[in-house]
Amino acid sequence: MTHGAVEPASMTHGAPVAPRARRPVAPREDLLRGVWKENPVLVQVLGMCPTLAVTNSVANSIAMGLATLFVLVGSCVLVSGIRRWVPDQVRIATFVLIIATFVTVADMTLEAVAPAIHKSLGAFVPLIVVNCIILARAEAFASRQSVGRSALDALGMGFGFILTLLLMGTIREILGSGTLLGRSLFGPSYEPWVIMVLPPGGFLTLGALLLVVGWWRQRKAGRAVPVNEPACAPTVGKVA
Amino acid sequence: MGELTWIFVSAMVVNNFTLMLFLGLCPFIGVSNRIATALRMGAANTFVLVMTAVCVWVLNTFVLVYAPYLRLISFIVVIASLVQIVEMVIKKVSPVLFRELGIYLPLITTNCAILGLAIFQTSRGYDFLEGLSFAVGAGAGLTLALVLMASIRESSELANIPQPVRGTALVLLIAGSLSLAFMGFAGLLSSG
Repeated sequence: MTHGAVEPASMTHGAPVAPRARRPVAPREDLLRGVWKENPVLVQVLGMCPTLAVTNSVANSIAMGLATLFVLVGSCVLVSGIRRWVPDQVRIATFVLIIATFVTVADMTLEAVAPAIHKSLGAFVPLIVVNCIILARAEAFASRQSVGRSALDALGMGFGFILTLLLMGTIREILGSGTLLGRSLFGPSYEPWVIMVLPPGGFLTLGALLLVVGWWRQRKAGRAVPVNEPACAPTVGKVA
Repeated sequence: MGELTWIFVSAMVVNNFTLMLFLGLCPFIGVSNRIATALRMGAANTFVLVMTAVCVWVLNTFVLVYAPYLRLISFIVVIASLVQIVEMVIKKVSPVLFRELGIYLPLITTNCAILGLAIFQTSRGYDFLEGLSFAVGAGAGLTLALVLMASIRESSELANIPQPVRGTALVLLIAGSLSLAFMGFAGLLSSG
């Protein structure tokens, strides 16, 4: 196992192991942690692929966010429920299988309910399997905590993810096509900034957002805060 | 032959996995500090991509025709075990290379690029040779993007960059400009 040196990012940002029987963590805290303080995208820098790839319109962002929320909550509840019976050596493999099952369900449901959106999301629905947010929460939180707490944590993280996607989607859709949810905002004279709905726009928008968040956190802390390195790779390094 | 070359070029630059499709961003942001590391990571990825393409072809041809709903699950299981096997083989055959690749090998399992390749290969219905060409092209594209990013980061190391921009924000902004440059290759589509 590749613990140790490669771990700091995930461990510092991930959920702290609960102080046993010392102070019960308020359910509200479990729920709200993911929304802002430990926002999976803006603070933990997890799940970059979908954040960049499907946020060229608000509708796509919402669909992707809801699908991820479903997989996240389902997997975390199940992982937490069976945590006592899963041997340590095969836990990551088990988590991945559970996640893949939920993603298959989400994929087929989306295809049946909203075929148009399913088509425009394309390969990124099945790719939820490798969204690091889910594996990171399953490993760092759900595999150690009770079902209730895991569900709350997953809900909070999922909402944090949806909010970030919505923010990205809104910025990119307004600038890139001059519309919001498909409705024209500025009239026919608006010259859309097409690049914003194309791949470079995703990089630039998220870069700018992270910049603002970094600046804001630094200002609030009154000193330089350590820069965010993506926690994704180290967290899942335990696969081996 | 023209078809195969075309698939290769398309996967490498026109639809570059990292800069155009946002696949494999974790190593792109995480291990793009040094050119040497970036090259090694690119090589390891290319190797696993090619192996995956072969396995996915076998799965698609012989197994998944009977159980299409197992597609995703079988892909992820195959990729995970493949990476594990590759790791063991390299450890046995060349301990030096194993040390050099270090933690990057297991990380490849959850690299979106690998699963993305498997999914694209299936949805586009590539045959064996087309799949191979697609995998090599995608690997070359990943390596190209990693090395480009590493060279820019190496040379920006001594620059006086404001604190909030450092880290991921800077990488994303650089990636945005690289991605803009790669959009120029889209012209190949119409003239090719």
